[in-house]
Amino acid sequence: MDNELRLDGNAAAGPLREVFSFEVTTAQYSCEGCGRTDQLGAAMVYEVRGLGTIVRCPSCNNALIRLTHNRERYLVDLRGTRYLTIG
Amino acid sequence: MTVLRPRRLSWRLAEVVEVVPETPRTKSLVLEVPGWEGHKAGQHVDIRLTAEDGYQAQRSYSIASAPEGEQPVLTVEHIEDGEVSPYLTDVLMAGDGLELRGPIGGYFAWEAKDGGPVLLVAGGSGVVPLMAMVRHRAAAGSSVATRLLYSSRSYEEIVYRKELERLSAREDSLEVIHTLTRSRPKDWGGYNRRIDLEMLKEVGPPPAERPLAFVCGPTPLVEAVATALVEIGYDPVCVKTERFGPTGG
Repeated sequence: MDNELRLDGNAAAGPLREVFSFEVTTAQYSCEGCGRTDQLGAAMVYEVRGLGTIVRCPSCNNALIRLTHNRERYLVDLRGTRYLTIG
Repeated sequence: MTVLRPRRLSWRLAEVVEVVPETPRTKSLVLEVPGWEGHKAGQHVDIRLTAEDGYQAQRSYSIASAPEGEQPVLTVEHIEDGEVSPYLTDVLMAGDGLELRGPIGGYFAWEAKDGGPVLLVAGGSGVVPLMAMVRHRAAAGSSVATRLLYSSRSYEEIVYRKELERLSAREDSLEVIHTLTRSRPKDWGGYNRRIDLEMLKEVGPPPAERPLAFVCGPTPLVEAVATALVEIGYDPVCVKTERFGPTGG
């Protein structure tokens, strides 16, 4: 897919800061799929230009966060994240 | 308990103070950002361009300057077919405005107090956030043992070449090692291939010293280097990566 860029958690930092008030890349996630715990900055990010951002677990490829944005409305899907630890 | 300061990221208008050519394909943009609150070495900003019909394109660019500088400097590589970078490198002039938000990111960042030894691995314009770390190290008077392994296609495409020469000549604790993958000057004595496990073993501090590694560049390079470093024995938690994607833009 030419429009899909495989990046890492740093790339999601800007878009995720549109909805979260904390620095996202240093937050710890726990993956609902495999239980891996790591900093979000180390996760994989797939940016689909014009559509949104998917943050995936590097171990099991489970979608941790899906963020889509259209006409000033955001949809944040956190089903794949068991919890986030911030600060 | 850490007190969180809720602050949503917002767009603001920066002014381009100066455009500095670095190599045939890269330029540095010296910006003036009203109310700039400073940054950490390794952080980036998002840049947004808006066409007359309202179409918007947005990309991330690493900050090249040290946090000790008052205003941020970005270095941008011209990407053929890119939506944003050709405008930044070819059209933008001093005095122009630019929509920006940031600084962003805290994961791929290094401060002198984090210590080392530090191994920085760059592919092409992936050197930009690592240069911010090298500049921060110098500005902070840090003597943390630091090695920069930097892969470029040719000698002419090495960004910040002279500054890196100057900084590494000044201090024994900073070493800069180049590899040139496509063409080389006749008398080139350095590496002449893509970064591989063997090269990382020769250049990188031994795993026993628990080095902090920062790897930035195109996705294939970053993934190959990060995998090799872990294979050599580096702690995966201490290998931080920033991928530019296949093209950037």
